[in-house]
Amino acid sequence: MSNSILVVADHLNGTLNESTARAVSCAQQMSPAGIDVLVLADDGAAIAAEAAKIDGVTKVVHADNDANAHPMAATLAPQIVAAAQQGEYSHVLGPNTTFGKDLMPRVAAKLGVAMVTDIMAVHSAYEFDRPIYAGNAVDTVKAPDDQVLVASVRCASYPAAAGGGNAEVEALSLDAELPTHTRFVNLEQHKSDRPDLQTAGKVVSGGRGVGSEENFKVVYDFADKIGAGVGASRAAVDAGYVPNDMQVGQTGKIISPELYMCFGISGAIQHLAGIKDAGTIVAVNKDPEAPIFEVADIGLVGDLFKIIPELDEAVG
Amino acid sequence: MKILVSIKRAIDYNVRIQIKGDGSGVVTDGVKHSINPFDEIAIEQAIRWKQAGDADEVVAVTIGGDAAAEQLRTALAFGCDRAIHVKTDDAVQPLTAARVFEALAKKEEPKVFLMGKQAIDDDANQTGQMTSALLEWPQATFASEVELSSDTAKVTREIDAGLETLDVDLPAVITTDLRLNEPRYLKLPDIMKAKKKPIEDMSVDDLGVTAAARLETVKTAPPPTREAGVMVESTEELVSKLKEKGLL
Repeated sequence: MSNSILVVADHLNGTLNESTARAVSCAQQMSPAGIDVLVLADDGAAIAAEAAKIDGVTKVVHADNDANAHPMAATLAPQIVAAAQQGEYSHVLGPNTTFGKDLMPRVAAKLGVAMVTDIMAVHSAYEFDRPIYAGNAVDTVKAPDDQVLVASVRCASYPAAAGGGNAEVEALSLDAELPTHTRFVNLEQHKSDRPDLQTAGKVVSGGRGVGSEENFKVVYDFADKIGAGVGASRAAVDAGYVPNDMQVGQTGKIISPELYMCFGISGAIQHLAGIKDAGTIVAVNKDPEAPIFEVADIGLVGDLFKIIPELDEAVG
Repeated sequence: MKILVSIKRAIDYNVRIQIKGDGSGVVTDGVKHSINPFDEIAIEQAIRWKQAGDADEVVAVTIGGDAAAEQLRTALAFGCDRAIHVKTDDAVQPLTAARVFEALAKKEEPKVFLMGKQAIDDDANQTGQMTSALLEWPQATFASEVELSSDTAKVTREIDAGLETLDVDLPAVITTDLRLNEPRYLKLPDIMKAKKKPIEDMSVDDLGVTAAARLETVKTAPPPTREAGVMVESTEELVSKLKEKGLL
């Protein structure tokens, strides 16, 4: 049987999330006969059109339903199961964003199959590497090849597939019964004009060493100067300096910018798990023994409140 | 209201793990184990509900070998009323764990099944979602706040875009994120009292569960290493290095 892959699109507020194109990159490495992208939205035509431009995509299918206005696993999973069965796909992939983490296991359980979390390398259509213990070890796992393979893709391990494609778009009608036991109430979104953490080329982060919410302004200002996204350690989020969606690490966001600069972050293994794929890691910390220096490409021991203004000046 | 809380015995989060020389896994013998930290948050939450009068019984459940009884005792010391130990010496993967939890939920009929969002050993982040799927219950994952009513729960979830709130009918599976609460330190009298609380042993077969198809682990290896970095002495030197690399 030749493989055909269904990639579940992650999108919000009418815009396709770049993680979808990263999942397509991973899918391409499995040498499938085709890669289809599934868009589940209330009005998915525009999102589907965006997905159709991703290089390597064979077809985009979208099923519009008012119940899909807000992505909820309980509502989406039965539709994905229906799409997977109607299209006889061998693989169903999603990104390892919180959207995919919440959703894909529900899909796998409904299909009655095991799931692979966080594919970071593809050996074959059924054999993959995935991180365990916060990335301190890598398991090579082989999934059964006689059942549908459900997996999430570790987006930091894959570049976004290029644009320029021109896949066909097809509206799909899905035969799925949707539950009413789960209702969306609201989404408190932290508005920011800065580059998105998970796709930014440069990220500047602050930790407990920044000291307060007010002090974080120096981190934001420097990030804005160099056009960087802003992240934080768990300690900074727990202390209330910044909102939760800025947390980088094992249980926060896993990122892969070309340049990662962190200030006042000691480097707990849970934080390091989130930055291992960064191109260049720069660490500034006043403690020369901080574990962050073990992974930094460039380290500087010193006071961030003295060094950031100097950096500001140097980059003009 | 009855609350079921699942816990997993895992290598303590402070341990620097070691990979076996033959690639057959990580070293677990003689290594400190604890309750998976996310599960500890789940226990704490259930106990807080009990102390606030929202819950009247809290039952801790685990799947694992004899040694996992130690973690159940800890859960009882937190204030769980009783515990169920589903004994197996096999490494249990998420779908099989979910089948066991499905069977336990049908037997115990809790209003809320609380679980950690992921275990810090396999980092799979699957079992809660799979359990709710098998039960056809609502799921609210990555919870940072839960407002419990008699038939519904309002759950604030930590997601990439910010904080999402869902309203779910009960019974439901709720998985905990880091900021839901800070687990208490256990006091000696509570630890002593826990020794007298009941732990019920059963097997996977007793529950009528068949194991799901497994992922086979071919090998376990260290992660790719990064090249050693350099220390610079001044901001100037840092800036010139970054300019050299074309990063500034």
